[in-house]
Amino acid sequence: MTLVLDARHVAAISRHGEADYPAEACGLIGGAVEAHRKVAVQLVPLANQRTDSARNRYLIDPESFRRAQEKLERDGLEVLGVYHSHPDHPPAPSAFDREHAWPWLSYVIVGVERGRAGEMKSWVLAEDRGSFDQEPITTEERKVVWQ
Amino acid sequence: MAVTVLIPTPLRPFVGGRDALELEGESVGELLDRLTGEHVALKPHLFATDGRLRSFVNVYVNDRDIRQLSQRETPVKPGDTVSIIPSIAGGTSVAEELPKLSHEEILRYSRHLILPDVGVEGQKKLKAARVLLVGAGGLGSPAALYLAAAGVGTLGLVDFDVVDKTNLQRQILHGTSTVGVSKLESARARINDLNPNVRVETFETHLTSENALDIIREFDIVADGTDNFPTRYLVNDACVLLDKPNVYGSIFRFEGQASVFHAKRGPCYRCLYAEPPPPGLVPSCAEGGVLGVLPGIIGSIQAMETIKLILGAGQPLIGRLVLFDALKLEFRELKLEKDPDCPVCGAHPTVTELIDYQAFCGIGAEPSYDGAEITAQDLRDEWQGNPDLLVVDVREPHEYEIAHIDGAVPIPLGELPDRLAELDGHREIVTHCHHGARSFKALEILKSAGFSKVRSLRGGIDAWAVNVDPSLPRY
Repeated sequence: MTLVLDARHVAAISRHGEADYPAEACGLIGGAVEAHRKVAVQLVPLANQRTDSARNRYLIDPESFRRAQEKLERDGLEVLGVYHSHPDHPPAPSAFDREHAWPWLSYVIVGVERGRAGEMKSWVLAEDRGSFDQEPITTEERKVVWQ
Repeated sequence: MAVTVLIPTPLRPFVGGRDALELEGESVGELLDRLTGEHVALKPHLFATDGRLRSFVNVYVNDRDIRQLSQRETPVKPGDTVSIIPSIAGGTSVAEELPKLSHEEILRYSRHLILPDVGVEGQKKLKAARVLLVGAGGLGSPAALYLAAAGVGTLGLVDFDVVDKTNLQRQILHGTSTVGVSKLESARARINDLNPNVRVETFETHLTSENALDIIREFDIVADGTDNFPTRYLVNDACVLLDKPNVYGSIFRFEGQASVFHAKRGPCYRCLYAEPPPPGLVPSCAEGGVLGVLPGIIGSIQAMETIKLILGAGQPLIGRLVLFDALKLEFRELKLEKDPDCPVCGAHPTVTELIDYQAFCGIGAEPSYDGAEITAQDLRDEWQGNPDLLVVDVREPHEYEIAHIDGAVPIPLGELPDRLAELDGHREIVTHCHHGARSFKALEILKSAGFSKVRSLRGGIDAWAVNVDPSLPRY
């Protein structure tokens, strides 16, 4: 599958990562599946629930997930993935990310070096949970309903 | 009719793309077994290799989390809806650099390690944590002992005092063998004995506007065990400015209170108490007394809240104030709101750096009492030469029972304004109390009522017991 992001999504994820630096920022990506493409339509920025070590951990609790999922479903969308930032670290999943990952979802990671957002990559957990595989991101400039 | 099991998007590819399944079963465990039996590929995503539900997999029966019910044993009946709801966690690899635990530590903390909310990762977080205790006294004692025992890696201690025998009734960090030793050294020895894995960093100083930011900046969490208002406001403001959680406790006689102030997530101490009380209105423990067990209870609550913040477990005491009444053995809880106009954590703060907290709390330069004080020895000599001299004891009746100066007239400070008629303004008057503070207030009352020949016994009955009459007990 390919993850299709609007240019404005890329900018918004970067801004969110910069705003919450040095803590990790996180949110959900809502959209629809078309053939072999996951097409993002809406981002749902969420508060990082981790207070103990927000610098290197993020958490979206089940209540937030459920509310976001319900909101997306009302718009006819589904949760395609999750984005989060890696402050002062490259946008590659850690072993911790893999240990806690859900299958199928796209895990978009943006590296934020000293407060400036850099590279963005997307990863998907292998079905046997053995690895995290990079997934192509296509950025398109489209007219979309989005907030 | 069966139970409806709602499947979240990431798991739908494993159940033929469906968002809900109808399954038969009596309990959540049975339903999940049936689900993973029919769709084997689901199993590794729901269960860890030890067979337990993965920590980020949440199962709700109707609207309730089974962790709050009976876990796998939670019963279900036809018509119920069981939802599998993801929580999403992750992060950079930094956290993998959490300190390792030695074999000795694994054994020492085994009762923590088997708790699901602590476990190895939680214990490592405790080891990596840096907690600052302001005050190694009544509240700091139990807090320091429990935090050290729990394996908090670094404990900072701020205190400037020396262990005094009157501390031992409640300050269990210290002992008879360390009377006369600095509290920090006494604390270090006790903590090292309890848990040599703990690093103790000491700051033998008053916390001041000049040093507070530098000291607090180096720690993750502050536990405030101070006994005076200027320091309490100082700790609060410094924590707000540095975005540190401030685990607050305070005690008086038989009552205590505790809360967690973290301005980013809730109110701060100033949202609760915008202004300090006028100086002298609230007596300190030294003046008012305190039941020794009380700081044990409140300081232990502070230790508990500190550990919860480190672990990220449970509901922290943010936005709530716990009031404890020892005589009724009653805990009450007040909801605290963030004050939008709070001068330090509100929308438009006016306090953006540390201020002069002594002045803020109305504790200005000591008023000048030149010639208004008399030492214990001078009083003895003068009294012998002038038996007409009147000594007025302004302490409470129960203090008079502990020890008193023969010949002194007891008039408690609170009754003094109404009992001025009992005093002869032509006689020399010396007021005295326990240590010399209340007798100054008595002196002011007398002076403003027109008494001119009034002085106060410096150091109170305590100085008298030391220098004049050693047969009196000190307290």
